[in-house]
Amino acid sequence: MNATQPCDFSIAITGSGGAGAITAGELLLSLAGRNGCFGIMRRSFGPQIRGGEAASLVRLAHRPIECMNDRFDLLLALDWQNADRFADEIPLHADSVIIADPAMGAVPAVIRDLGTDLIELPMKSMAGEIEGGRPNMIALGVLAHWLGYCPDQAGELIEHTFGGKGEAIVSAARATFDRGFTEPLIVEARRARVGPGPCDAETAGERWDLSGNEGCGLGALRGGVRFAAAYPITPASDLLEWLAPRLEALGGELLQAEDELASINMVIGASFGGVPSLTATSGPGLALMTEAMGLAVAAEVPAVVVNVMRGGPSTGIPTKSEQVDLNLALHGLHGDAPHLVLGALDHADCVLVTEWGVRLAEALQTLVIVLTDQNLAQSRALIPRPAYDLPAIPKRRLPDSGTDYARYALTADGVSPMAIPGQAGACYVADGLEHTETGKPSTAAADHAAQLDKRRRKIEDFDYGELWADVRGDGDLALLTWGSTSTAVREAAERLRDGGRSVRVIALRLLLPARPARLAAALDGVQRVLVVEQSHGRQFWHYLRSQYTIDADMRGLARPGPLLITPGEIVAAVDDWSG
Amino acid sequence: METAMAPVPPRPKDYKSDIKPIWCPGCGDFAVLSAITKALAFRELPREDVAMITGIGCSSRIAAYTGVYGFHGVHGRALALAAGLKAARPELTVLVAGGDGDGLSIGGNHFIHACRRNMDLTYVLMDNQVYGMTKGQASPTTAADWTRSKLTPHGTGIRPFQPAAMALTAGATFIARGFSGDPNGLAKILVEAIAHPGFSFVQVLSPCLTFRPEQKDWKNAVRSFADEETDDPVAAAARLQDDGALATGILYRDPRFPAYRSRTGGEARVADFEEAFAL
Repeated sequence: MNATQPCDFSIAITGSGGAGAITAGELLLSLAGRNGCFGIMRRSFGPQIRGGEAASLVRLAHRPIECMNDRFDLLLALDWQNADRFADEIPLHADSVIIADPAMGAVPAVIRDLGTDLIELPMKSMAGEIEGGRPNMIALGVLAHWLGYCPDQAGELIEHTFGGKGEAIVSAARATFDRGFTEPLIVEARRARVGPGPCDAETAGERWDLSGNEGCGLGALRGGVRFAAAYPITPASDLLEWLAPRLEALGGELLQAEDELASINMVIGASFGGVPSLTATSGPGLALMTEAMGLAVAAEVPAVVVNVMRGGPSTGIPTKSEQVDLNLALHGLHGDAPHLVLGALDHADCVLVTEWGVRLAEALQTLVIVLTDQNLAQSRALIPRPAYDLPAIPKRRLPDSGTDYARYALTADGVSPMAIPGQAGACYVADGLEHTETGKPSTAAADHAAQLDKRRRKIEDFDYGELWADVRGDGDLALLTWGSTSTAVREAAERLRDGGRSVRVIALRLLLPARPARLAAALDGVQRVLVVEQSHGRQFWHYLRSQYTIDADMRGLARPGPLLITPGEIVAAVDDWSG
Repeated sequence: METAMAPVPPRPKDYKSDIKPIWCPGCGDFAVLSAITKALAFRELPREDVAMITGIGCSSRIAAYTGVYGFHGVHGRALALAAGLKAARPELTVLVAGGDGDGLSIGGNHFIHACRRNMDLTYVLMDNQVYGMTKGQASPTTAADWTRSKLTPHGTGIRPFQPAAMALTAGATFIARGFSGDPNGLAKILVEAIAHPGFSFVQVLSPCLTFRPEQKDWKNAVRSFADEETDDPVAAAARLQDDGALATGILYRDPRFPAYRSRTGGEARVADFEEAFAL
């Protein structure tokens, strides 16, 4: 139990792949939601589909939380297979409790050496007493009791989750849950260690249970996307899988492509046809798409790519998180190719940023890369219903009929009317070759300069409003960050403020085009800037140094994944700097 | 083309743009452009309901020379771009065109997958067995012993692709071969290809007199397929084994495999999905 946050409890459920640790974690999060809590659940697993290691990392609290805590208060191990692979992702503290099945062998040394309390519970044999019973449902019952949750709500949840699999499965799950919930050993132990009880359940309907990938999918649909192209890649596949049936239900379409070279071109083709379009991928896929992304810029076709970052380069650590595709998103295109790069800050922000990205792509007829990462994409959060106001953004500009049509006309704002196939009198050829205003291929210096200018102008001169960054707090110390690391930075700032220190957090959503004037204003009065990012190569740091002038002392807190940067680590860095 | 009087049938030149082709004198692609515009005029397709999608290469420039909607994209990806367009806008007539390097080398993966996807696209592959725009390198259809390229002075030493045979094994449901020296015959093939409801592959023997002057002799070697078209893939494969790759006409048309159909008619609202997230 975290002494400073009595209603803030972190649990890890581990097991070999297929043991049900992930299911137990998802159900626990859902149950916490039904009991009026906020929370977050990350899935930690290796590349194996079955038989590898799997862990649910769950943090529950009575207030909205966005990131994992520094340490875990309780570790429930269904078994110890491959424990060494995830041990460093589950730091414990002196008062942590371990619940483990003695039949699964001794507690591994790497964990036992932490000196935490151990409760031995024969979960496998307890589940074996019930026909169809599984140890992970024993675990869920144990944890529900530990946290003081209502068993009736667990029954509803089990019915909701397993109802489609038949009555026998439901009753077995229910009976196994009850067995764990009423286990005397746990009832006895819990008297000594009270986790958070249920908080006010009245606001249940105002909270969502959302993954980052689902948030991006929803944002895409809100923005008007009705076509998606898909090539599977971890950790973006489930975003595309979420979209597939929903696009169909909306009368849209999803095409599975033969590779990422195809998927980005399919997006460009569908968008040329007038339908807002998107694809999702991760680092290696983004790398393959870069040539056609240049085409979207040159031919001025709206296109949105959600890139869910994972450990790299190459196949890297595909199931773990890292903020390392920033360089590629910013600089990966050939030629002078102005485009937009946005980054989502948290789960709710995935909805906002993706909708914003789609609308900007349509309005500015260009490429928008939306960056999220595995940390957001594949975790679930119980959060307040996402609420945001997008500024008014014009729809795709269409030509008037009956005029001499010039697809790439040099307009004051750089945006040219874009005809849609089917419109008579406006046939044109979209071209990646440099072209005149009418789209005729041209190598003339004046045409190249004019088209380069217009493509830059429409992006640079657009008013992106207040969404360019999330700016909170005041003071002469600023924490400057981006992406999902923002969640840990915000919590660190809260802790620093609780300790009496004023601190400002600036989390950038709009990474390209850079907004130096905006950042300068946000940094007004700041004397020290700590740049926080999850990148060995300090990609964000170098981006800031190249795109902005910052008149303050700067330090960086940067390290690679897969271990996420924690709030405590950031507080320590600030303390260290303050000496 | 609009008039208050009785509608005037469109003419082939209505489907041409006013941009002058960059092709060399004697290039076969002039005749392919002519055949395409004839076929579109014959089918009386409104210009605005047709799209011509191309990649990069001499023949891919054709998009700019047609008067329909067009997209001149990146090298090798025209079929993928066209698939996206057709999926999003199934009512459009979508033509795809390009050369042997664009379609079979850098775009080879898209070619076989376009065949098996069987979307209602018409793909015109202008085959001159050479990369012309980059000045004469061997392509996937170049004979193994062609030694005129500086890049492969001893010849490639590897066997050329047979595009029609590839299309057949990959699942194309309409396969034909035309010759730029016979634009009327090619136009008739294209009329049928456009009418076919699945993926139509039309390989066009289209000489490059600049880098392959010997292709001038094609006009003496090209002949029609000895047999009528078939819906039997085994018979079609057998014919391709002994036709010398210079027989023209419709080889294969199989209506049994349904064309890819875009799903339409969903009437859900986005808000319906949002409710599922609420606790």
